[in-house]
Amino acid sequence: MIGLADEEKPQRSALLVLGCPQVPVQTSIALYLIHRLRQAGITPVVAGNRSAITLLVVADPKRHYLGEALDLDRAIDQITEKKRDFDLCFVFIHNDAGVSYAATMGVISRARLYALIYGEHYDELVASIEFPCQNIAAKAVHNPMPLKKILDEVAPWAA
Amino acid sequence: MGCIEELPYEVVLRGGSFKECRDYVRKHFRESLDVQPGFKIFDTHIIGIPPISIGLDGDFVIFPFTKPCHGTFLLRVEDRAEADRLRKRK
Repeated sequence: MIGLADEEKPQRSALLVLGCPQVPVQTSIALYLIHRLRQAGITPVVAGNRSAITLLVVADPKRHYLGEALDLDRAIDQITEKKRDFDLCFVFIHNDAGVSYAATMGVISRARLYALIYGEHYDELVASIEFPCQNIAAKAVHNPMPLKKILDEVAPWAA
Repeated sequence: MGCIEELPYEVVLRGGSFKECRDYVRKHFRESLDVQPGFKIFDTHIIGIPPISIGLDGDFVIFPFTKPCHGTFLLRVEDRAEADRLRKRK
């Protein structure tokens, strides 16, 4: 059987849906995840509100990691209107709004859905998720390491 | 897309969870319909956990509006055309 050479394989893409940047670990984990996705040959695209995107842009001024960044509402419009979709979708969740965004992505997108759940009350948020997705959850507020550890164990970039 | 924030809205409920907003609509409005996330209301794709309940009260439309940093608000907007459009979908 003749396989496609690596350069002929269609490039996979991933959407990172950022939540409110109020919890410090979000920006750190987002940059780390972007790095791991790129290493795996997956093109990362980030969607978020202005503050969440600006935190990434300032932290990565030469765009070593960060690639395309979209306004969150615009990303939702494009996916809902079937103008665009992704292979993987990671939704950052530390509040009820994050759960709503994840549920929305589960309906409008065909991407494999991952919920990155963190913050002081992460366990309550995990319990509130009743739709199909893979949870990557840890009590992480200022220190990203507990969430990074779980993320590395799941290794969604290798799936 | 449209911009809900530019509409002349009233806040019916704030600080609640998405589920509380859904329960409020079902309990307080005789007329309601359920839609899926991404459904367009006031020219904006609605965000939420399905099913999303929208209330109708005469010319008023009552619906959840979610923003990443502020959570979900239940808003009430008077718009006869939008209320009629939604009523036809029931």
